[in-house]
Amino acid sequence: MTVEKLSLREYYGKTLVQLGGENKDIVVLDADLSSSTKTSLFGKEFPDRFFNMGVSEQDLMGTAAGLAAGGKIPFVSTFSIFASGRAWEQIRQSICYPQQNVKIVTTHGGITVGPDGPTHQALEDISLMRSIPSMKVIVPSDAHETVAAIKAVLDFNGPVFIRLSREKFPVIFDETKTFKLGNADVLKKGADLTIIACGLMVHTALEAAGELEKEGISIGVINMSSIKPLDRSAILAAARETGAIVTAEEHSIIGGLGSAVTELTSENIPVPVVRVGVRDVFCSSGTAEELLACYNLDKNAIITAAHRALELKKQRRV
Amino acid sequence: MKFTDNIEELKEISRRMRIDILKMLHESGSGHSGSSLSCIDILVAIYFSKMDHSPDRKREDLRDKFVLSKGHGAPALYAVLAECGYFGKENLLTLRKLKSKLSGHPYSCSTPGVEVTTGSLGQGLSQSNGLAMAGRLNGEDANVYCLLGDGEVQEGQVWEAAMSAAHCKLDSVIAIVDHNQLQIDGAVENIKNIEPLSDKWAAFGWYVQDIDGHDFRQILDAIDAAKAEKERPSLINAHTIKGKGVSFMEGVVKWHGTAPGAEELEKALEELSAPAGGGK
Repeated sequence: MTVEKLSLREYYGKTLVQLGGENKDIVVLDADLSSSTKTSLFGKEFPDRFFNMGVSEQDLMGTAAGLAAGGKIPFVSTFSIFASGRAWEQIRQSICYPQQNVKIVTTHGGITVGPDGPTHQALEDISLMRSIPSMKVIVPSDAHETVAAIKAVLDFNGPVFIRLSREKFPVIFDETKTFKLGNADVLKKGADLTIIACGLMVHTALEAAGELEKEGISIGVINMSSIKPLDRSAILAAARETGAIVTAEEHSIIGGLGSAVTELTSENIPVPVVRVGVRDVFCSSGTAEELLACYNLDKNAIITAAHRALELKKQRRV
Repeated sequence: MKFTDNIEELKEISRRMRIDILKMLHESGSGHSGSSLSCIDILVAIYFSKMDHSPDRKREDLRDKFVLSKGHGAPALYAVLAECGYFGKENLLTLRKLKSKLSGHPYSCSTPGVEVTTGSLGQGLSQSNGLAMAGRLNGEDANVYCLLGDGEVQEGQVWEAAMSAAHCKLDSVIAIVDHNQLQIDGAVENIKNIEPLSDKWAAFGWYVQDIDGHDFRQILDAIDAAKAEKERPSLINAHTIKGKGVSFMEGVVKWHGTAPGAEELEKALEELSAPAGGGK
């Protein structure tokens, strides 16, 4: 059976055009990657409100901050590593500290950037953004959730970081999907263990859950697209009800979703949490599929992690 | 507050602002004396003569805007904002203290009149450009002033922003370099030479003027010329003296980021006690 896949960035670009028609305060900035991030769609429709800042990410973020200070609502896009890494300090000082209403929507997050290699893969972006006070961090799991998130953050006044990808993602939700900051989707209830995932790994988590169910293990799956603020009650309920958690993200195991979940559970309901993610290495060039398998971001990795978490859960009881 | 083109009046305001700056720095026990004194004449010229602004206007109201990209000159900005009535003068002596309105560097969320947040060097010009672009989209005829330090232009982002302003023909942007020749570790020319500074800005497509940054006539005329310039942004290379107005601070690098002690304050206030007049 083939799975329907849709491009998050295509849907982002189309949504920007729609919103741009409705709200004249929306401006869009890019740093010479608009044909990849799809902000070019907005630029074609609203050239006066589109600013291609060239290959200058620091200036990109600073200019967006100034536009926000002048009453505009800037959506800023480039590849995730260049936004979160190259311009981290501009995001902290010029955008987050003064609470400027800037929406940073990056594409090419994670490892599935693929053949461009480690220089262009973003495996620290969630961690870097999550550590800045007041920043909201969202990692949508499919194209329809992307649209819902983009629309939702327009109603929120303040800095937001949304991470999209180069690859098309399997479709999980339909057009009626809604998004609310701090709200997770419990996609499946389980009794023995809960997988908490974001982005591309939500679909992989559902696949892994299916396999584990065949072994007679009851698995819950949560889509934690709102990484900051986290849906605390959904995570703590999962910890209380299933007593074991696996996190899965296309990101380093340091500082991302796995860290966020572990921080919350360890201070409240300390259950075993086993993290699936890139294990503190620079990766390689390759196709998205090859990379996901090579760096243990596939279904089998989640199944192995689930067994490990269940073993730890059993040991705690002894 | 009242606006004036009278040079003697502006000099007198500057003299009083220098006193406020030194008193607040002494009270805080830390902060940038030399850097505040080198730019205060420029700030006085902008705020009391050339800029269209008022503390009564709301954020969304039409007005000129000022960005202190060299955020460590905050005491100078705070002294001027208090004098203009953006907040009470009693706040000045809370500079840098816990939960004060007046943070070590300008913070737009806590200090009335502070347009954007600066202090990490190199970030103010991009924000000024953004403000100018927003103004243009709104069809506003207003200027954005941006004060840079000479050491600050060693930051790459300044030149990214310089390119952007010229490319976008942001003629409402008037950037001024407080060119006092000293940075924390020593003379700018020894740390990392920035010359020929005016030629660099001109090569980036800016309308450039060189002036004496303590001569009010030259500052006012340069701003008028910058406002009249169309199709390109303006850069005023204002040659200044670090610590200007206090003899023992002038041109001395240690005063870049040092506050005066009790005796030093007394000595400085003595020098500044006579109403301004004579000289430039």
